[in-house]
Amino acid sequence: MSEGVAAMDAEYTSTGLPNRKMAMWAFIGSECMLFGSLIINYLINHRRNLQGPYPEELLNIPFITVTTFVLLMSSLMMVLAFTAVERGDMRWGKVWLLMTAVFGLIFLGGQVYEFNHFYHEGLGLSTNLFGASFFILTGFHGAHVAVGVIWLLSLFVLAVMGRLTQRNALTVEITGLYWHFVDVVWIVLFVLIYLMS
Amino acid sequence: MAEESGPHKAHASTRFYVVIALILTVITAAEVMVFYVEYLEPVLVPILLGLAAAKFTLVAMFFMHLRFDSKVFTGLFIGPLIIAVAVIVAMLALYGAFTGTAG
Repeated sequence: MSEGVAAMDAEYTSTGLPNRKMAMWAFIGSECMLFGSLIINYLINHRRNLQGPYPEELLNIPFITVTTFVLLMSSLMMVLAFTAVERGDMRWGKVWLLMTAVFGLIFLGGQVYEFNHFYHEGLGLSTNLFGASFFILTGFHGAHVAVGVIWLLSLFVLAVMGRLTQRNALTVEITGLYWHFVDVVWIVLFVLIYLMS
Repeated sequence: MAEESGPHKAHASTRFYVVIALILTVITAAEVMVFYVEYLEPVLVPILLGLAAAKFTLVAMFFMHLRFDSKVFTGLFIGPLIIAVAVIVAMLALYGAFTGTAG
């Protein structure tokens, strides 16, 4: 992380709150609206099918429970990465950042496997309304996880290069806010799509 | 657990975060167990929504630090969240999800 960015972490603001953190929370607020609209789309349309396959024929609860657990644990690792960087322990900061990204990749791998399985069972984006609303909702979430993984790996590389230090704890915290938001969205989707179907 | 430091309260300890993660794991296991218990089917939806809300709250309060941070951040998050939930409920009502006329 550059000196300029490091200096920004402790910048003066009129509110007394970091502007970048304020911007991230505003972004997360807007993301609530985005996922709200996608959830409405799924809840209204997933049962309005003229042909199968239907949700109960495809959704694999044990498998998705494992990937849900992986994403939950990645949230723990993210917060541990932040606390490590905050106290200046960059060795463990790097370890937890990398582990968070790896667990994110495992979750994405599970999603790719699930999409592939559904496709081979005859469910495509245009097969029926369940397929369309399911792939759009979980696909958007998966895209957010992918962005988070790239972000985490970028921070890891910066940390390895010695450009992410204790002075940049706010940068790691903001990354964590995004990652935890992706996690809370999945907490909702896991129940609405898989357990209540 | 949390200590005062700088412009806002400091965050919790590593042990505390691990305890929160364990609670989240237990709640997730409870969600899946409830799903497989047949006699709970009539009350499945409220139970699952309650458990999901508990997990959501724990992550937002402790992992996202809303419990320790400025209330401004809580407002920036909760405001749009309330609007999103209200729109979801309104749309479900509009499409007859609560009266059995959906579809």
